[in-house]
Amino acid sequence: MKKIEAIVQPFKLEDIKEALKNVGIDGMTISEVRGHGRQKGHKEVYRGQEYHVDLLPKTKFELVIPDERLEEVLEAIMAAARTGKIGDGKIFVFDVGEAIRIRNGDRGQDAL
Amino acid sequence: MTIETDVKALEAAVKSAQSAGDNAWMLTCAALVLMMTGPGLALFYGGLVRRKNVLGTMMHSFAMMALITVIWAIVGYSLVFGEGSAFIGGLKYLFLEGVGKDPNGDYAGTIPQATFMVYQLMFAIITPALISGAFAERIRFSAMALFTTLWAFVVYFPMAHMVWGKGGFLNAYSGGVVPCFDFAGGTVVHISSGVSALVCALYLGKRKGYPAEAMKPHSLVLSTIGACLLWVGWFGFNAGSALSASGLATSAFVATHFAAATAALAWLLAEWLHSGKPTMLGGISGAVAGLVAITPASGFVKPMPALMIGLIAGFFCFWTVTVVKKMFGYDDSLDAFGVHGAGGTLGAILTGVFATNAVNDTPINGKVVPLGWMDGNPMQVLNQGIGVLITVALAAVGTLVILRICDLLVGLRVSPDEEEDGLDLSQHGEEGYALEV
Repeated sequence: MKKIEAIVQPFKLEDIKEALKNVGIDGMTISEVRGHGRQKGHKEVYRGQEYHVDLLPKTKFELVIPDERLEEVLEAIMAAARTGKIGDGKIFVFDVGEAIRIRNGDRGQDAL
Repeated sequence: MTIETDVKALEAAVKSAQSAGDNAWMLTCAALVLMMTGPGLALFYGGLVRRKNVLGTMMHSFAMMALITVIWAIVGYSLVFGEGSAFIGGLKYLFLEGVGKDPNGDYAGTIPQATFMVYQLMFAIITPALISGAFAERIRFSAMALFTTLWAFVVYFPMAHMVWGKGGFLNAYSGGVVPCFDFAGGTVVHISSGVSALVCALYLGKRKGYPAEAMKPHSLVLSTIGACLLWVGWFGFNAGSALSASGLATSAFVATHFAAATAALAWLLAEWLHSGKPTMLGGISGAVAGLVAITPASGFVKPMPALMIGLIAGFFCFWTVTVVKKMFGYDDSLDAFGVHGAGGTLGAILTGVFATNAVNDTPINGKVVPLGWMDGNPMQVLNQGIGVLITVALAAVGTLVILRICDLLVGLRVSPDEEEDGLDLSQHGEEGYALEV
């Protein structure tokens, strides 16, 4: 099993959900996060006081999938999330040791 | 005989009808002015601080609604409106003795004195609440409560008596030595609170980390709602200061609204040119600056001068808040001085320029006289200036003495650790936004 963490532009949320649904992925966790990579922040001015904001709002997808489905899911996320500009985000892939469905104790891929 | 009785009955009926109309309006205005403090100012200031201080900041406004009310009932009203010297009222109305449904002809002859009393109370509540913008995010709650209590006695009651009380030193309508025009509290409310705010900011020192750390407003949504409530409440503040549902009240209502509009536009334009974008915060700051500046003038000026006063106030306060504050480096956290001190002073002076008896024909010493410079009385600008100086002196010295006393008795500032945690947790043991149980 693999865990995919994709940090993407918030406005791509719906596109990516749709793309995942189209390749048959139903389960995922989404959170609003802040961060930055190479993307520069922006300037905000409050009553003449300038603030440089470099932590930008991003959306983080977390999903766990069977090993053999990895490439097609990554392709789907990349295609949906890409604008070609700096700030599109990053995807990280991890090996998962175990998965458990709390309701009935299913383990491994059965729990996904 | 019967005609005489009929006429008397008719006169009584007319008087009763006027009293009913005026009283309905003035009770409404009293409620509107209370709404300026809570939730108006509480939201406006609450949104401007960091989220860890939102409740502490709202408490600074809310606590005044309870604290000042009690002081006012016991002795405050008497010290302002009871007969006394030129500088402070007497104890005639101690415990509101004799303040009931009968009018007080010295102030408002058509409404119950209790209505006048509760209307004036709302002014006494908002004034110390305005100061809280300067010591936001770093004062102890106990020190704030003690400070505002003492401030009411040392600064507000004498100021209000001098300007509005019978025989007051600055009261143009009651034989004041220096006759000043202050319709709704430019000196009493805004200069006094604004100058005291500056003294507080200088005495307490900067917030930990200011100005290196980002301390941006945590919710301009709250601030915008608050500012709009202030704008609406201000109709009660200014138009209500006519103390009757009269044409003068209408005139003040119009002037108030017009000045807010041009000041909002002026501030937006200034920052658009200065930093490239018009902001929501700039718009509401400008509106408040215009409302402050028109306050003393509202019952004396025509609509076009009102537009002018707002326009000047918008640019002027933008300049004090962005340029002057940076130049001197004081941490007037929410710009109580930059908006209320600067805007109030500007408004007081411009009242001397634009006041006209075409708007306000209340007789002075029995006859209608020219009021401001435009009316042919240029000396009035000087009188207004003297009024401003007296207010500045009393507010600055009074505040400094009170701060010293509070510092010795309870300590003004929270500890650095408490400041880091925020006032909500350290002073009140609660949080404004609990996302989980």
